[in-house]
Amino acid sequence: MGFLDIKQATKSYGTVQVLHETDISIEEGEFLVLVGPSGCGKSTLLNMIAGLEDITSGEIAIRSKSMNGVKPADRNIAMVFQSYALYPNMTVSGNISFGMEMHGIEKSERAKRIAQVSDLLQISHLLDRKPGQLSGGQRQRVAMGRALVREPDVFLFDEPLSNLDAKLRVDMRTEIKKLHRKLGTTIVYVTHDQIEALTLSTRIAVMFGGYVQQLGTPKEIYDNPANMFVAGFMGSPSMNLFPAKVVSENGQPAAEVTLINGSTAAIPFATDTLGSSIGRDIILGIRPEAITDRDGADRNSQSVHIVEAPVEITEPAGSDTFVVSQIGGKDVTGRFRADVAVNAGETFPFAFNMEKAVAFDPQSENRIA
Amino acid sequence: MAAAPAKSSFSLGRVVLYTLLVFFCIYYLLPLYVMLVNSLKPLSEITAGGMMALPQDWTVAPWLSAWSSAQVGVEATGLRPYFLNSIIMVVPAVALSTIVGALNGYVLTKWTFPGATILFGLLLFGCFIPFQMVLIPMARMLGLMGLAGSVPGLIFVHFVYGIGFSTLYFRNYYAAFPTELVRAAQIDGAGFFRIFWRILLPSSGPIAVVCIIWQFTNIWNDFLFGASFSDFDSQPMTVALNNLVQSSTGVKEYNVHFAGAIMAALPTLLVYIVAGRYFVRGLMAGSVKG
Repeated sequence: MGFLDIKQATKSYGTVQVLHETDISIEEGEFLVLVGPSGCGKSTLLNMIAGLEDITSGEIAIRSKSMNGVKPADRNIAMVFQSYALYPNMTVSGNISFGMEMHGIEKSERAKRIAQVSDLLQISHLLDRKPGQLSGGQRQRVAMGRALVREPDVFLFDEPLSNLDAKLRVDMRTEIKKLHRKLGTTIVYVTHDQIEALTLSTRIAVMFGGYVQQLGTPKEIYDNPANMFVAGFMGSPSMNLFPAKVVSENGQPAAEVTLINGSTAAIPFATDTLGSSIGRDIILGIRPEAITDRDGADRNSQSVHIVEAPVEITEPAGSDTFVVSQIGGKDVTGRFRADVAVNAGETFPFAFNMEKAVAFDPQSENRIA
Repeated sequence: MAAAPAKSSFSLGRVVLYTLLVFFCIYYLLPLYVMLVNSLKPLSEITAGGMMALPQDWTVAPWLSAWSSAQVGVEATGLRPYFLNSIIMVVPAVALSTIVGALNGYVLTKWTFPGATILFGLLLFGCFIPFQMVLIPMARMLGLMGLAGSVPGLIFVHFVYGIGFSTLYFRNYYAAFPTELVRAAQIDGAGFFRIFWRILLPSSGPIAVVCIIWQFTNIWNDFLFGASFSDFDSQPMTVALNNLVQSSTGVKEYNVHFAGAIMAALPTLLVYIVAGRYFVRGLMAGSVKG
């Protein structure tokens, strides 16, 4: 039993099932991120935890107490909305104290807690203003203050950063992480931004089509994606996925790939897992940082293999240069050091770190190695 | 851009345009002018002709007469008691229909239930039923309720008739009100009425003003219901004004009639002038997004 338990929870609107049986259990102090493209069911699940949407079947429990049929106000949760949802007619301090007022907390205690929270979030000087007089970042802080002041069991964040500009978003991201470290609160956070998911979470649930595709730590999700959807969704640029065939090379299983000039290359796998699947068609997955120039390859890896391939295009990004070639008809991006002299049109040695490679079944799209 | 309008304001087109506008302005204000000047002159000046002329002998006697001593129906009470009747009728009717309309709008947008759309459709339909159709059923209803021929009966009629429009106004306004605010308040622990009172109503200024102006004008100016459902002691201003004009003995006191007509029109004018100031947009700024 965890701190927050979601047990076989489902959600249907009429005959349309938007959330299929979902089991997630998190411990106190965890930072769970629900990530996925729009319409994947992540916000629905959050609203179910909040009690804003009914559960069709299954159960959600906080502190081992079933929350089915419990009103949002009685769940001891707080929520930060994408639009901030600040009450326009109240001042900042009015906004922060409204929830405490509704829960019958005394005025002196309210004032004390408002002072604490506004101090923590550095919004003390804004307390008498109306939301209309605040900038986006300030509204965001007020919305967090309103949640924090309630001292709830679980914090729910619904895409809280997506209305901020890029720079502010990164700053607030760090701030949320600091806050989590400092307060040790339990957080469920919904986002469609995979970078936010990777940077903030202690655990991630990747969702798609109403199913949790994979639940795991950021490292597990990134290094060992359960299927091609997770592999493609998490990471930027996303993981290279291209067709290959398992062949035997010197008694070792290897991935045979077709380059853009029609020639084939066999890249030996780092492990023996696919040794019994010789001749099988697979989708090979390998992240851009595992395809580098020769000198940039991971020196600790036992399985770096060079493939000479024509360079189609280069994309200098300051710290790195992304080099694009084609394998099996798919664009494959490698992350080269910025000072490597590589030009579009020439053939260049790409170093594949096969320790980081994963393989998927082309039909089921599930991970096989 | 600064120089362009200055130049064009002297063009022929502008001159024609403004001449036309001024002409229409005078044309529409003329009746008010006639009413005003004739209500301030003795009857002899009117009967001598010269409706358009300014009074030679300024007097407020017609106003005083219309207010407190003119013959209305069988009694010489002036319009005062009927003016009070109208006030007693219009204030609760406007208040009730606006509040219920706001509640309806709140429920129809933020607490929807199966059949909400149909219910709203029926309410809308209620807006467009001609008054004449409901006269007899309504008379029967008022009789059963024991409210026939009384001011509370008129309040009831106008309240019920007003709900359709006030619901329409508030529903459409609240449809654009961010639902996330309601959800945030739910999580904060506010209940149905608390959310309405503390979150929605404070942001409803503009639409409340629209609704009040509309209801006040309609209910104050109503003649048909007033004539159908009231007794002599519960008649509203509009019906009394008619009686004043109809029941003159012997000479028609036009100056008194003019004064009475202006009195009957003043409250709606006042509502426009006072409430119009609060007719501002942008009260929602800053609740959501940036």
